[in-house]
Amino acid sequence: MNIRIRRFRLESFFALGALTILCIIFSIFARGFNQWATALNIFASSYAIGFLAIGVTFVIITGGIDLSIGTVMMSSALIGGFLYQNGEGLPLWICLIIIVLIGTAFGTLNGLMVTKLELPPFIATLGTMMVAAGLGSIITSVQSQRFPAPIGDSWFTRTFFRIDNFPVGAIWLFSFLIIALIVLNKTKLGRYTFAIGSNEEAVRLSGVKASNWKCIAYVISGFCAGFGAIFHAAAVTTIVPNTGQGTELQAIAAVVIGGTSLKGGSGSLTGTIIGVFFMSVLRIGLQGMGINAASQVFFTGIVVIGAVLFDIQRTKRANQVRKVKPVVQKEK
Amino acid sequence: MGDIRNSPYILEMVDIDKRFQGVHALNNCSINLKAGEVLALMGENGAGKSTMVKVLTGIYKADSGDILYFGKKVVFKTPKAAQIAGISIVHQELNLMNHLTVAQNIFIGREGKGFFLDEKSIVRKSAELFERLGVFIDPNEYVKNLTVGKQQIVEIAKAISFDSKVIVFDEPTATLTDTEIDVLFDIINELKSKGVGIIYISHRLDEIKRITDRVTVLRDGELVGTKNTAELEIHDVIHMMIGRVTYEPPKQTSSVPEDAPVVLEVENLNSKDVHDVSFKLHKGEILGFAGLMGAGRTEVARLIFGADKRTRGNIIIDGKAANIRSPHDAVKRGIGYLSEDRKRFGLAVDMSISNNMILASLNDYTSVGFINENKIATTSNEYVDKIDVRTPSISQIVKNLSGGNQQKVVIAKWLIRNCDILIFDEPTRGIDVGAKSEIYKLMNALAENGKSIIMISSELPELLRMSDRILVMCEGSHTGTLPIEEADQHSIMTLATLNSSINHTEEEIKQ
Repeated sequence: MNIRIRRFRLESFFALGALTILCIIFSIFARGFNQWATALNIFASSYAIGFLAIGVTFVIITGGIDLSIGTVMMSSALIGGFLYQNGEGLPLWICLIIIVLIGTAFGTLNGLMVTKLELPPFIATLGTMMVAAGLGSIITSVQSQRFPAPIGDSWFTRTFFRIDNFPVGAIWLFSFLIIALIVLNKTKLGRYTFAIGSNEEAVRLSGVKASNWKCIAYVISGFCAGFGAIFHAAAVTTIVPNTGQGTELQAIAAVVIGGTSLKGGSGSLTGTIIGVFFMSVLRIGLQGMGINAASQVFFTGIVVIGAVLFDIQRTKRANQVRKVKPVVQKEK
Repeated sequence: MGDIRNSPYILEMVDIDKRFQGVHALNNCSINLKAGEVLALMGENGAGKSTMVKVLTGIYKADSGDILYFGKKVVFKTPKAAQIAGISIVHQELNLMNHLTVAQNIFIGREGKGFFLDEKSIVRKSAELFERLGVFIDPNEYVKNLTVGKQQIVEIAKAISFDSKVIVFDEPTATLTDTEIDVLFDIINELKSKGVGIIYISHRLDEIKRITDRVTVLRDGELVGTKNTAELEIHDVIHMMIGRVTYEPPKQTSSVPEDAPVVLEVENLNSKDVHDVSFKLHKGEILGFAGLMGAGRTEVARLIFGADKRTRGNIIIDGKAANIRSPHDAVKRGIGYLSEDRKRFGLAVDMSISNNMILASLNDYTSVGFINENKIATTSNEYVDKIDVRTPSISQIVKNLSGGNQQKVVIAKWLIRNCDILIFDEPTRGIDVGAKSEIYKLMNALAENGKSIIMISSELPELLRMSDRILVMCEGSHTGTLPIEEADQHSIMTLATLNSSINHTEEEIKQ
């Protein structure tokens, strides 16, 4: 166990170090970076991507990919909002449960397409990405949907977004992260997720129903997209149809920055969450420096490439040290 | 140095020293090679053979020591530089691009000047190369359509296309059939007669006698010695390699009692590659599966294990029909399968020893879904000791283990699952001599303890040494079963080359 834990800590240490350095740079160069309001902004822009990234980390560790999470999140939120507004007094909390269920349903669809129909994950989830976007628009007739705004005593935003100046959403996100960490590192599901990413056929030939476990990873990803939709709705209150494309790529970028390999078999959720905040800090920080949106995207791209390059170099170095001599040489 | 000496050797590697992070991979090793000679480079896995070759071809840089090539000191910075200078390797794992043609593969990176390809000229040159080797392969054929043996010849053609003076063969026969090996040896003799020096790495001791002129043996990164092959007996070589004698004769009689119960019965097993295979496996028996490459032995194993779908046939375990549709079903009924390709089908090589060992029995190590790491560690440590897996710890990543130790991890996986029927598919492929005899001992111990074993192997001496009975297959059909008392290389090969249309019963064979 030692080696795995040591490696895992090292990865997180690098990512955390980079995040800290980034914060220091911005606190020097970006105007008003060291304010609570900035922190609130950073949190607010991390919720949706945070939940998506946690979910898609499971899929990526199995060696797959889920491109649908962005539009699935938007679509779930749109449909939920539609039911809330046109649902003849349907209580909000039921709409929220439906939102999560819609996300989970899309995830299940992806999982079944990948495992039962044996479609490549890229294609299957690309299809779902379009289907989800289309469905949201069809149901809402391309109308924006509104959730209760953060005024008065709206329990919705106070529960899922913030109370006055306290980021409640962050509590949710980190609680969710802890549960996900336990699932990934302490349960059978997590162990099989890594094992499938490392060698799916060997897992199958060990008598494990590998395809079922792989399917669950996609279900988790969809569930997280649905769950994230609630926080997205709470943060922006107005959901616009035909948005959400590109959100999945930001989530995947966060996962990659966090050191999870797109080849599967290795990865960490701690890294993922650091990656999420790295991207948020970068975005908010660059805004604070007065850099426009287009340039922010530009810099984010460079960071993603840099992070992956760095990771490759580090793995190369790590592999050079990997020559172990057996300790026990028994004489027969 | 750089002096030109009057030396009989075209290649000398002098006092090569190489360390990897504290591990002394090569300790002052020297080898030399004459023109027109085959030098066997031998040693157990991890003895330093590959490191030596990698230093020669510029993949690794030696910490100290010199390489003299035609008397001149050389340092190759890249394999390409070595190749251009005339030193080529034919790798164990073939480095060919399956979707390109033979000619395109041979001349990859040397398509000639200009923007457009001159396909005709590379086809012509390829044909000339094959002519020199005395074999015919169509240069326009796609590599993926060739057998492994022919692919290897393409690699050799590529090597000689550089006008190589030195060619290194790294375990060239590991995946070849006997006929293909004969062709390969003809080619090697042809190259010899043209003055090419050949370094030949192999685990197969009988080949060393057949093809090589001298033998250099390494052990644990040190040079044991170089001897003329003619003066060596096989057990001398083994002795040099492992420092102890382990030669054991074939089994004389079956160790299975007459009344041993049948644990596995297969009736009329059929699939695309398997035709009507039926047999019985008894408790405590080691049933050998013999046959040539492509005889359908692995296919039978995968059908029994549920890894592939059978079109027809029954599998009966302990007298009850076992409806096996997937590996999951097979494992539930106590069958374990050790694949011929450990890395692809047996191990999650990026995971730890303990994680691999419990992969088939994780259910026993979880409660309400949560993994009990302490229990896993206890069991893993127990099996590491029990079957002597040589590793600093159970958290070692499997990728870093030697072939023999990897195989032990797979064996442990099935023992922990407590499987009663074990299918060993080429259990000693790519494993050095010392570890081989440990695997044999382990298999014998398992059979003595009442486990039933199917052992598929392409090495007849191994089958003859281990099996209680030997089932022989040819072209997907079961051509006969020999009790160990009647089995020898001759009788097995006779059955293994029988035409599939004739089905021999056991009685016919005995006559």
